[in-house]
Amino acid sequence: MIEQISFRGAVMPAVAPAPGPSPSAGEGAPATDIDGLSQRRSAKSLEAPAWLQIAPFAAIFVVFFLVPLALTVMVSFWDYNEYQILPAFTVRSYAEIFEGCIAKLPELCVTFKTYVSTLKFCLTVWLITLVIGFFIAYFLAFHVRSTAMQVALFLICTIPFWTSNIIRTISWIPLLGRNGLINSTLVRIGLIHQPIEWLIYSDFSVIMSLVHLYTLFMIVPIFNSMMRIDRSLIEAAYDGGASTWQTLWNVVIPLAKPGIVIGSIFVVTIVMGDFVTVGVMGGQQIASVGKIINTQMQALQFPPAAANSVILLIAVLFTIWGLTRLVDIRKEL
Amino acid sequence: MEARRPGFYWLVALFALFVVFLYGPMFTIVLLSFHGPDGGLTFPMNGFSFHWFSRLWEGLGVVDIWAAFRRSLRLGATVMVLTVVLSLLAGLAYRKRFFGSNALFYVVVASLIVPSIVVSLGIALEFRLLDDSVKATAESLGWTAVSESYTTAMGLYTSGLGAQLTWTLPFGLLIMFAIFNRFDRRYEEAARDLGATSWQSFAHVVLPIIGPSVIGIGLFGFTLSWDEVARSSQAIGDLNTLPLELQGLTTTVTNPEIYALGTVTTGVSFTVIFAALGLIMLLRRRQARRGSDAGKGVEPAWVQRNPGTPGPLGGRSRVPL
Repeated sequence: MIEQISFRGAVMPAVAPAPGPSPSAGEGAPATDIDGLSQRRSAKSLEAPAWLQIAPFAAIFVVFFLVPLALTVMVSFWDYNEYQILPAFTVRSYAEIFEGCIAKLPELCVTFKTYVSTLKFCLTVWLITLVIGFFIAYFLAFHVRSTAMQVALFLICTIPFWTSNIIRTISWIPLLGRNGLINSTLVRIGLIHQPIEWLIYSDFSVIMSLVHLYTLFMIVPIFNSMMRIDRSLIEAAYDGGASTWQTLWNVVIPLAKPGIVIGSIFVVTIVMGDFVTVGVMGGQQIASVGKIINTQMQALQFPPAAANSVILLIAVLFTIWGLTRLVDIRKEL
Repeated sequence: MEARRPGFYWLVALFALFVVFLYGPMFTIVLLSFHGPDGGLTFPMNGFSFHWFSRLWEGLGVVDIWAAFRRSLRLGATVMVLTVVLSLLAGLAYRKRFFGSNALFYVVVASLIVPSIVVSLGIALEFRLLDDSVKATAESLGWTAVSESYTTAMGLYTSGLGAQLTWTLPFGLLIMFAIFNRFDRRYEEAARDLGATSWQSFAHVVLPIIGPSVIGIGLFGFTLSWDEVARSSQAIGDLNTLPLELQGLTTTVTNPEIYALGTVTTGVSFTVIFAALGLIMLLRRRQARRGSDAGKGVEPAWVQRNPGTPGPLGGRSRVPL
């Protein structure tokens, strides 16, 4: 739709707005647009340079992220006594963490036990959140038809993320407690005679709470990946005679993989470093790496806490590397 | 209407169960905070009263909970403003090229992934070493006034604020990326072609378009700070925020006061969430109403008034200089 617009005596073609929200400016400036160009250049010179815009943002990450990480690595090799940290190179903290770990094998030392326990939580929570998160995202992306409904249901899933994790954690106590709703109901209807002890302050309650807190981290990236899948691919699969499961397995899952990997990285790394949920729901009885670091910090034992942090960081990086490898391998098959 | 795909009703059931799982526990906390004066930590409900709220209002023994409440509110507001402003500037910078943009992006993503306890410990160490060197310098220079009065640089608005920003800013930047990926640069070009300065095109064209999403960043900034525990845990200094006090109370308080506190905290979160969502919806409506008449097949009123002038977005037309 081209129309002539005359302006100040100059006649030039103008493209009328195309249907839809975006204005349709012509691609590539016409040769007559010399004034516009020079003007844009002068406007550009007034614009703040990129480095100035990014400087405060970058400074925050240098001062509160990069330098602290570097200092953590440095202090992990320092010595200490009851009163202070001593700036002298030593591997004492690492030696103490792994003391007897190799000699005692196959029996696990405290450090290895803690990591095995943390890893167990990671794997279980990862599996559960992956299955729930995948199907919730699948439902939202492919089965909910109106956009308004999609937004509303997505918000319902998201709102708890903006509320307090501590409160969402302790809110399980009246349900799972020894005299909690579940136990008292089961006793009343005569299914059990004694309250079930493992409902709270146990591995079970920790896993339950972690799933409750972090399934969202799976839903959002998987949903995001699924929304980018071309719907005609799904139709093509059905038209070609694929069953629902075949379509899911051969079309949806491979295409949603980036989201699955991002969600997995989030959940696994959060659970690895968690100490609040494990503390509250484990009744302060279950060990985790994060809790060890927290305890050592409170005892002002900075070098061992730093050494534990460095080991945790390496474990996290290793897991992320493994997760991305896992996906690439499956891509090869 | 087309028939539903197989599995639809299973998925509806799963979704419904998931929603109950998400909100059920939160609901019990709210319900139990209205326990009667004899109520304990679990069901059955022992009457209905505001007893535990009035107890909470008077404070919780040794812990000055309302001071922590006010501190958290102020810190949350500060984090919100800084997150919005810094993310917005960073988002604008990422539309152009700058040295180290890739490296910075990886650092930001790493900040999301590195366990919070590690970041928190690092910041605590940093400030401790800073304190030590300040004291040593003051002593060696003979500034006794400084070396005697100086305690620590750690605090709510230094180490605490920084620790929380390492958690909120990555969300802010990722949202900015999402915004500018969908942003149509031609609006901006049109504004420039019509003679707008870069500030005018930002303030009158870019900002109104991305406004709703920027409010979303503010929502993340406040709520993440309001509930933050892990990153603040080692780095907050002497004065605790509300969630940190709450974490301590989980082991010491054995009556529904803690539920009342939970209800109040969640109430603040919900107020902020719904205020933000309401504001976003309001701005979207306003945009739909006044933003564009493209595709409606009618000329804007002002073109009808002044026939012969190019529309505001009507292509690259010459601008009167």
